[in-house]
Amino acid sequence: MMAMFDYWNPQIERMPREDLAKLQEDRLKSMVHYVYDHSPFYKERFKEAGVVPSDIRGLGDLAKLPFTYKVDLRNTYPTGMFSLPRNRIVRYHVSSGTTGKPTVVGYTKDDIEMWSDSLARALTSIGLGRGDVIQVGYGYGLFTGGLGLHYGAEKIGATVLPTGTGNTERQIMLMQDLGSTAIACTPSYFLHIAEVAERMGVSIRDDTCLKVGVFGAEPWSDETRKRIEEATGIKAYDIFGTSEMSGPLFTECREQSGIHVWSDMFLIEVIDPKTGEQLPDGETGELVITTLNKWAIPLIRYRIGDLTKINSEPCECGRTHPRLMRILGRTDDMIVIRGINVFPSQVESVLMTMPAVGDHYQIIVDRKGPLDIMKVMVEVTETGFSDKIGDLMALSKRISKELKGVLNVVADVELVEPGTIPRSEGKAVRVIDKRKV
Amino acid sequence: MVAIKQISLFVENRPGRMAKVSKTLSDAGVNIRALTVAEAGDFGVIRMVVDDPEKGYKVLHESGFTVSETEVLAVEMKDIPGGLYEIVNALGENEVNVDYAYAFVTAKAERALLIIRVDNIEKAKKVLTGVGIKLATREEIQKI
Repeated sequence: MMAMFDYWNPQIERMPREDLAKLQEDRLKSMVHYVYDHSPFYKERFKEAGVVPSDIRGLGDLAKLPFTYKVDLRNTYPTGMFSLPRNRIVRYHVSSGTTGKPTVVGYTKDDIEMWSDSLARALTSIGLGRGDVIQVGYGYGLFTGGLGLHYGAEKIGATVLPTGTGNTERQIMLMQDLGSTAIACTPSYFLHIAEVAERMGVSIRDDTCLKVGVFGAEPWSDETRKRIEEATGIKAYDIFGTSEMSGPLFTECREQSGIHVWSDMFLIEVIDPKTGEQLPDGETGELVITTLNKWAIPLIRYRIGDLTKINSEPCECGRTHPRLMRILGRTDDMIVIRGINVFPSQVESVLMTMPAVGDHYQIIVDRKGPLDIMKVMVEVTETGFSDKIGDLMALSKRISKELKGVLNVVADVELVEPGTIPRSEGKAVRVIDKRKV
Repeated sequence: MVAIKQISLFVENRPGRMAKVSKTLSDAGVNIRALTVAEAGDFGVIRMVVDDPEKGYKVLHESGFTVSETEVLAVEMKDIPGGLYEIVNALGENEVNVDYAYAFVTAKAERALLIIRVDNIEKAKKVLTGVGIKLATREEIQKI
């Protein structure tokens, strides 16, 4: 069942790199003309940058184009960045703005088609297809996760079980009764599902048909992947995408070695976030995307804010499209402690190597006088529990020392009882920054 | 088997945690014989000897507590001055270290029980019985 559907679109997915570059070049040129003609926002932005569409003659001219920022979408709320009138829009999605106005995105019929096509390729690359039951445990509604996966899964002929988030015990019952072979949700929610299943006496490994997890919408680490795979026996794949790009779009393939970004749809660059200079392959910087065949809200050099690096080497799986190596986090997720940048994913990668520490954690940042203080709350597992106080003190010291080694920041470690840290059904709250209150 | 099973629990140091533990045991009909709480800032460890350690462990584990079973000795101690000295002196002279200890007096007033966790349980048993000190069995603890 799996091997037959290795590629959704072999011609595109395995296209020689020179041909892909040619395709990107043609699409970039027409996209630049399209936004200039259709979007007053971009016409103005190009004018400010002193560039006209005919200046872009090839991929090498990309750096001449101005950046687009998240704040541009907010400033033009609700639909000021749309390139087409409302009668061409078939759907809206809205991302919740934590501060101020939310961001509205819109789709034409073709945009929805491109989005599902991207996911059809991705889901096929992890061995899913007709005969699979894909449980979509992302939120449905204004959030892009639920409907995005839903359309992609239907496209490959799989059976969709649209559970959405929440009602965890029912999710587990349906997973068993309807034979889900794959689940898509946030990694933290899946850990919660596994925890509740255990309490119900259900082993994901032995009592369900689940073999694949498609996890994303929050940064997570390879160490968490290892934990999930070892505890439940499934293969855990990373998925990436943002609402500005459409929603969830790309995953790793079965090699689990970077996320394949379809070059015929998106042009990606990594830049130095401070200078805006393009960085070569393999260097970590901020991801910048340009849409190549998206029509309701095309974006030129949009600064997503995720920190990652690109690998353009062809993958073992035969796909020629560039890969994003594991995403460190979004610049918005970064916390600055006494001048040092800290990503929750770094904390996670330290904690998840320690068997004495549970799957959930939370970082509390506060200010004591002029000093920032960071506290990491972890749950003590029975594996790690010793009834000698000295052993527990030593455990918390050891965690603190390991964190210091990776982060270069001193963190207090607070050991808490299992179940104390709030579980999330969507994106987990990893950081509570009391300095902002 | 002379060693007895003690139940140890990791608990956060905040109001209501002890109540949750004792309610869980009470609902299961498990009786606490002896108990001690060691605190270390944000958290503490509750150690206790109960009449049915397997059941006690099971109900606490199922309620989501971080709980473990530890082998300890219940040493019969004369309830007179020097009662404790006799025991710890014998252990000390034989290089057995006491990690922690707590005592309780039984209804039959002339004897107390000292619960100890030691670094070498086999040696401790030999040393204590060698100097004529009696170790309480699980059945005896149950019957108290």
